Amino acid sequence: MEFIASILMSGISLGGQYALIAIGYTMVYGILRLINFAHGDVFMVAGMVLIYMVASVPWYISIPLAIIATILLGFVIERAAYLPLRSAPRMSVMISAIGVSYLLQNLMTYITAGQPMYYPDIPFLSDTVPVFGTETQWAKLITPVIVIVLIVALTQLINHTKIGMAMRAVSKDFETSRLMGIKINKVISVTFIIGSALAAVGSVLYFTNFSVIVPTSGALPGLRAFVAAVFGGIGSVPGAVVGAFVIGICESIIRGTSFATFSDAFTFALLIIILVVKPTGLFGEKITDKV
Amino acid sequence: MLKIENLSVSYGGIKALRNVSLEVTEGEIVTLIGANGAGKSTTLRSIVGLVKAHEGHIEFNGKNILGLQTNKIIEEGITLVPEGRRVFPDLTVLENIKIGAYLRSDDLTDDINWVYDIFPRLKERSWQLAGTLSGGEQQMLAVARALMSHPKLLMMDEPSLGLAPLVIRDIFNVIREINKQGVTILLIEQNANMALKIADTAYVLETGNITMSGTGSELLADERIKEAYLGKSKNK
Repeated sequence: MEFIASILMSGISLGGQYALIAIGYTMVYGILRLINFAHGDVFMVAGMVLIYMVASVPWYISIPLAIIATILLGFVIERAAYLPLRSAPRMSVMISAIGVSYLLQNLMTYITAGQPMYYPDIPFLSDTVPVFGTETQWAKLITPVIVIVLIVALTQLINHTKIGMAMRAVSKDFETSRLMGIKINKVISVTFIIGSALAAVGSVLYFTNFSVIVPTSGALPGLRAFVAAVFGGIGSVPGAVVGAFVIGICESIIRGTSFATFSDAFTFALLIIILVVKPTGLFGEKITDKV
Repeated sequence: MLKIENLSVSYGGIKALRNVSLEVTEGEIVTLIGANGAGKSTTLRSIVGLVKAHEGHIEFNGKNILGLQTNKIIEEGITLVPEGRRVFPDLTVLENIKIGAYLRSDDLTDDINWVYDIFPRLKERSWQLAGTLSGGEQQMLAVARALMSHPKLLMMDEPSLGLAPLVIRDIFNVIREINKQGVTILLIEQNANMALKIADTAYVLETGNITMSGTGSELLADERIKEAYLGKSKNK
């Protein structure tokens, strides 16, 4: 019983962390029809930045600063690597995204000199707390709460604010949005800012479970979150969240069995199955090319 | 009000417009007629800054607007109702109307009531998603959306496209009504008959050139126009 509770708890919290990354994938796809392959690495950089910050300022200042730095990074990546390719074929932008991904990984390898970096113990988040007769970290316990609060806020923003309305309009039709006076590039920047901010929050919650991180630490969680976004129907925010929880919980369950090494195999098999059976995912819209 | 001089536009080597000059006088309904591919849409799209012109001048109320960003041009008081309506299908009718006022930050209540007065049908469907409206209703919505920016010049690209004759008549009545309320109109139409009937001034565009101009009734009576655009032969 304790075992099951502990597995479910880590599953839900892992799912929440993936959800925070998956939203970035799905929102950027919704607007630009671009799989932002650099997103997982932005997530990793958020962790690295926090490590360097904590070395000089207290954690309660470091965390907001790391989030701001990640937002800036997301913004700069979009302006430098994607904006100039706005009217280029989609494939070119995707290749640019892959390039940014490797750039970030290698840049971090250079900065860290290839050494694994010790992720700091953040007071409170890293502390353990007894729940259901087992012990867990506060980070795991509060992740679902933070995720729910952020998702509610995001949904309100998308559905009930002017910028949210503009985001929905731009995701459907660039040119007509322009005719409304909407500055497309500003809306796209906001999308990247939101995605990066959520990834930064996710990174604090996720890496707290780990003692060290390396420049490739963002790749796997990034891929898993990407699978979650595809599973839920890429372009759909609720889809990404549901997909992330499904994958987080399944992964956690498999890790609790003797097939632990197959947890990623399961995730990616799921990707193949969903692409074969229902390519639009759980909540995805039919993909129609813009005319 | 709007003055275009020697406007030339090319798409990758192919000239879509050659030295087009035309003028829109404040308070009028001006129409631009011509066959498919004559460059009508290109003219409107370059006025509003969606297409970059190579040469020429576009002046609006004495101010050069060529090369300005689209949102700046809209701030100057020009709006385009695009071809094929292009309402946002996943936004509600009310949201579509509100997004037309994207650049404004003042209170919209009066203007929303104003467009609902012009298009009562939209008021009934205010919470419906725009994608579920009929073609005629979507066209009404596209016009309502455009009016929300308080345009001085409202440009319409083929508002009758794909609509039933009765609906077209409604749309043209609305165009006249809006014009009476003081909005200048630049209208592109394939339905030359309808367009010339309501137009104060008309231009004929053929393969990128303005070939004729005059008042609406002059062109309506012109033999060449009758033959080429109104489907009436000389002998009858």
